[in-house]
Amino acid sequence: MSEKKSFGIKAAMVIALTTGASTLITADGHDMRDAYKRPAEIPFPDENPYVEDKADLGKQLFFDPRLSRENNLTCGSCHNPSFAWEDAQATSVGTPMSRLGRHTPTVLNLAWGEIYFWDGRAETLEEQALGPIQAGGEMAQDMDQLIDELKAVPGYVERFEDVFPGEGVTPENIGKAIATYERTIVSAQAPFDEWVNGDEDAISDAAKRGFELFNTKAKCVACHEGWNFTDWGFHDIGLGDNDEGRFEVLEIDALKHSFKTPGLRNIVERAPYMHDGSLKTLEEVVDHYNDGFTDRPSLSTEMVKLGLNADEKSDLVAFMKTLSSDDPAVSLPKLPN
Amino acid sequence: MNTKHTICAGLLALTSSIAVSGATFAADPVRVTQQGKQFSEKNLNLVAGQEIIFINDDKVAHNVYTIVKGKKRDLGLQKSGEEDSITFDAAGTYRVRCAIHPKMKMVVKVK
Ligand code: HEC
Ligand code: HEC
Ligand SMILES: [Cu+2]
Repeated sequence: MSEKKSFGIKAAMVIALTTGASTLITADGHDMRDAYKRPAEIPFPDENPYVEDKADLGKQLFFDPRLSRENNLTCGSCHNPSFAWEDAQATSVGTPMSRLGRHTPTVLNLAWGEIYFWDGRAETLEEQALGPIQAGGEMAQDMDQLIDELKAVPGYVERFEDVFPGEGVTPENIGKAIATYERTIVSAQAPFDEWVNGDEDAISDAAKRGFELFNTKAKCVACHEGWNFTDWGFHDIGLGDNDEGRFEVLEIDALKHSFKTPGLRNIVERAPYMHDGSLKTLEEVVDHYNDGFTDRPSLSTEMVKLGLNADEKSDLVAFMKTLSSDDPAVSLPKLPN
Repeated sequence: MNTKHTICAGLLALTSSIAVSGATFAADPVRVTQQGKQFSEKNLNLVAGQEIIFINDDKVAHNVYTIVKGKKRDLGLQKSGEEDSITFDAAGTYRVRCAIHPKMKMVVKVK
């Protein structure tokens, strides 16, 4: 990872271990919050380092409807920054006007990801970006036609040539530009982060109890770990539908009905939840984990009945609400025409 | 990144020492633990016929797999405390991964 882009985290993060936080000490003597400190920089791969003009070009492509067959859908139609880069629907509508089989995931914080899509079928963000453009059901665009269309726009020809000298408009470079832009999409400091950094007043007592439950009795941390609250792994959490998920891509029995663990940043804004959009609220999510899941051979061994009472459930929800940051509004780019 | 290079150099030193012992006692298996959703080794050099024992020292389950001659070698679900092994009979480069946690990966070179 050569190129890094700092996004303004203060270097000195001092954790104040106050007496009130004594329940947050783990079995091996650490403060539970230590595992949740935000990284200082965005990682970019050596094969596609950060360049500002490349990210700007990627943003234009992300919000350009000409990437879709009917010139009516942008990546942002489904990954809408107003809904924390989702679309507030159980499953969204693509081209032709038909419902997609899976819920739109967020594109927040994907720079730290490993493999992409709910089922992990794309190895890199670069490869991923070319998927929806061509996917029947999503943007349904023919790639050769798209290249011709973009080459007919002098402003794009110029920009691609600036960013990729001697290469210009190619599918690979469209993927690289979009991926670079996507890696810059990072959720900002949330009240939770302020608390991790030592501000005891940043979140409520209920949220603090919820955080402790998240790491202990409720077992959420087995899969939702670290500052972005994901292991980037694949699990069957017993939603009970027939989608085989990751198993369709990698035939390993433990992967039946398993889907990628989503991060939990800005989770309130991202309702409804899960790969099928079947849970409408965070309360429903907690009920699901408590005792609402379907037991079947592929169910993750980390999924057990939790026995949470009503107060504990509402504490968990209070905690998840502290993960929402007041991200600056995203402005639409000017597009060459 | 400077720090990263230092870590890599450290790992190389570690793996080459394992390779030496591997060459001396060809039959000795190498033990690789899975802890904190990481393999204890990222790169290993083995000789043909050598075995890796995968030990799950984590609280969560793992599922090690690799591709050998185009076929999947799947250790299946491994719960906390369990161990299982893969013998690498043929020379080549193998990518070992956890199916559940794709961030867990290692490269095994067999001579
Ligand atoms: C019609 C709605 C729609 C449009 C338009 C769309 N997407 Fe998506 N996107 C989805 C859905 C649904 C998924 C999940 C599909 C799956 O995993 O099977 C997804 C998945 C993704 C992912 C994977 C996220 C992860 O966590 O693995 C990324 C990244 C992404 N889209 C980026 C884009 C980009 C870039 C574009 C424009 C080129 C785009 N999307 C256009 C609906 C859409
Ligand atoms: C066994 C691993 C595992 C455990 C334990 C776990 N989760 Fe999840 N979580 C996942 C996976 C995988 C998904 C996506 C599942 C799907 O859509 O099929 C998910 C989805 C979610 C979502 C919805 C995210 C979205 O974008 O739709 C929320 C919220 C959530 N989990 C919260 C929790 C809480 C709270 C706990 C503890 C009570 C918890 N999880 C325990 C793996 C886990
Ligand atoms: Cu694993």
